Amino acid sequence: MSEYKAGSNLEKVLKAGHFAFTGECGPPQGANIELLKEKAGHLKGCVDAVNVTDNQTAVVRMSSWAASLVLLQEGLEPNFQMVCRDRNRLAIQSDILGVYTHGIRNMLCLSGDHQKFGDHPESKNVFDIDSMQLINTVKTMRDDGKFLNGKDIDVPPRLFIGAASNPFAEPFDFRVYRLAKKIEAGADFVQTQCIYNMDRFREFMKRAVDMGLHEKCYLLAGVTPMKSVGMARYMAKQVPGMEVPESLIKRLKGAGKGKVAEEGIKFAIEQIHEFEEMEGVAGVHLMAIEWEHRVPEIAERAGVLPRPQV
Amino acid sequence: MNDFKPQIVAFCCSNCASSAAAVADGMKKTLPDNVKIIQVPCTGRIEILHLLKAFEQGADGVYVAGCQDDSCRYISGIKKAAKRVAGVKRILEEIEMDPERINIFNLCAGQGQRFVEVAYEMINRLKEIGPSPVK
Amino acid sequence: MIVAEPKPIKELLEMVQDFNKILVIGCKGCVTVCNVGGLKEVGILASTLKIARKKDGREIEVGEHVLERQCDPEYIDEVKDIIDDYDAVISLACGVGPQFLSERYPSARIFPGVNTKFMGGAVEHGVWSERCAGCGQCVIHYFGGLCPIARCSKSLMNGPCGGSSHGKCEISDDVDCIWDIIVRKMMAQGRLDELVKFRPPKSWTTARDGGPRKMVREELVI
Ligand code: SF4
Ligand code: SF4
Repeated sequence: MSEYKAGSNLEKVLKAGHFAFTGECGPPQGANIELLKEKAGHLKGCVDAVNVTDNQTAVVRMSSWAASLVLLQEGLEPNFQMVCRDRNRLAIQSDILGVYTHGIRNMLCLSGDHQKFGDHPESKNVFDIDSMQLINTVKTMRDDGKFLNGKDIDVPPRLFIGAASNPFAEPFDFRVYRLAKKIEAGADFVQTQCIYNMDRFREFMKRAVDMGLHEKCYLLAGVTPMKSVGMARYMAKQVPGMEVPESLIKRLKGAGKGKVAEEGIKFAIEQIHEFEEMEGVAGVHLMAIEWEHRVPEIAERAGVLPRPQV
Repeated sequence: MNDFKPQIVAFCCSNCASSAAAVADGMKKTLPDNVKIIQVPCTGRIEILHLLKAFEQGADGVYVAGCQDDSCRYISGIKKAAKRVAGVKRILEEIEMDPERINIFNLCAGQGQRFVEVAYEMINRLKEIGPSPVK
Repeated sequence: MIVAEPKPIKELLEMVQDFNKILVIGCKGCVTVCNVGGLKEVGILASTLKIARKKDGREIEVGEHVLERQCDPEYIDEVKDIIDDYDAVISLACGVGPQFLSERYPSARIFPGVNTKFMGGAVEHGVWSERCAGCGQCVIHYFGGLCPIARCSKSLMNGPCGGSSHGKCEISDDVDCIWDIIVRKMMAQGRLDELVKFRPPKSWTTARDGGPRKMVREELVI
């Protein structure tokens, strides 16, 4: 057996002790493969792996596994996301086998946004299992070589298991325990919700480190640069479980006309630098939503290039 | 304006509206004969069904006259009545009848003048709306 | 109890537009308690149907009847002598009632008069809220006596999700995040250790997913 759990590039980078840098790419709302390739192209060479979202915000898009395969062909390493909203345990397990067969090695396990605010609110949801159980399913399939029903798998899939954590959702005191629970369930790495409230995140990390969670799992801090004051306000008010401090909104406003985006990027870079120094943080997950073309610049200015070859 | 004489059923609380009626009487102000008064001990006792029955039997309009919100003899009777009147308004709307055919008024025992005004207010409103289609 | 809401009159009028003799049947069970299908509501619906029809100049005869329960063949039998006098029946019971009527009276035209919503109770006057999804294998004792299957929008067994904010669920400010309540309650009870315990996937065989359900209790069968 190899020294790696799955042997993905991301796993190797983390295991070698490098500060990881991951990106994100939303599949197109259609079969526009050229658009997907273009978006992904910006990330090439800048990140260790690219999260491929799964009908994010419950809006129908090209399936995450299919888009992940396109990324693979383009020479990028996908971090295949899967939500529990749209599949029962049969579909979940068969998709896991399928993606592994095609060379996908990272998988991020999520519950998924409720369909109520998506583009098909009339749909029925599944939620046969939850994200915690999904993490454990992938682990059981990989480490025990068994399906959820206890039956043996003929060639088990070997995936590097990711989970999400929202340090800002409530109840705050329980969040770090829920993170511990995800690690216990089988998460190898964790990517957090976008961080804006640094004080709160420092507190969260302190608790995680006190509990020794950073030794059991790689924690990647989530960063999304603000493009505008409107976006900051929207995030503050409309996105459940998101915390944007008033001081940040003020800072963006203070930048003046035409300079807000630059200020947003500056803040993101400052964050990345702080995360590099922060105990327990193993990397950054950059979610530059519909801003993929700015990723090379951000990576360059943050000083995370070139990415390590492992 | 027109000689349509709307048939109106008025549910009146015996505590306030009826004493107002007595005052009106003393002032020699009388209600027109097309307003039929039904005296109730408290407007809170009026059910949606009572109000509907009036319409079912061909009334052009219905109103409830009761106490002020804060001086109801039975505390919340008038508020309940207001909710039921609103309920009937919704039903009328749903079956495409003018919800203004029903209303509620708050009175005080001494307001003889107002008691009569209310009746005329309803008559005028119903003259505009026209006869009930339920005949 | 089973909580239901009235169907819009318009919808009902459309359903029965081809019929002129209609029997409205209420039920003295849950739907009486939640004010949609008892004696009062039967009267209101009957009167409304008459007003609406008269308004359109169409004759209608509406009968009114209220049964003890519509989920019991014994009571359903009660209307056997009158049901044939009508061309259509509107049942104001939960979804069970009109089906029991449909099964017992194969030639009758039966219409549902209410929308059956959920199993729950009145949390205040005029406000009802869901409590149970009838999963067939109750597990609320793991969750501080509160049900995440019915009350978490995602039926999470290991919540709360990242969308929980200010005690509200991500789907709406009107919906409490039950996981927020579970966590606070269990932490206050000093049961953090239970809360961090992994809850494995639930078997849905006992829920609707296992197919339509039937229960036999031998000791009661005669
Ligand atoms: S666990 Fe099942 S049976 Fe118990 S309250 Fe929840 S849905 Fe109902
Ligand atoms: S916010 Fe709370 S109730 Fe809503 S889906 Fe998440 S955990 Fe469940």
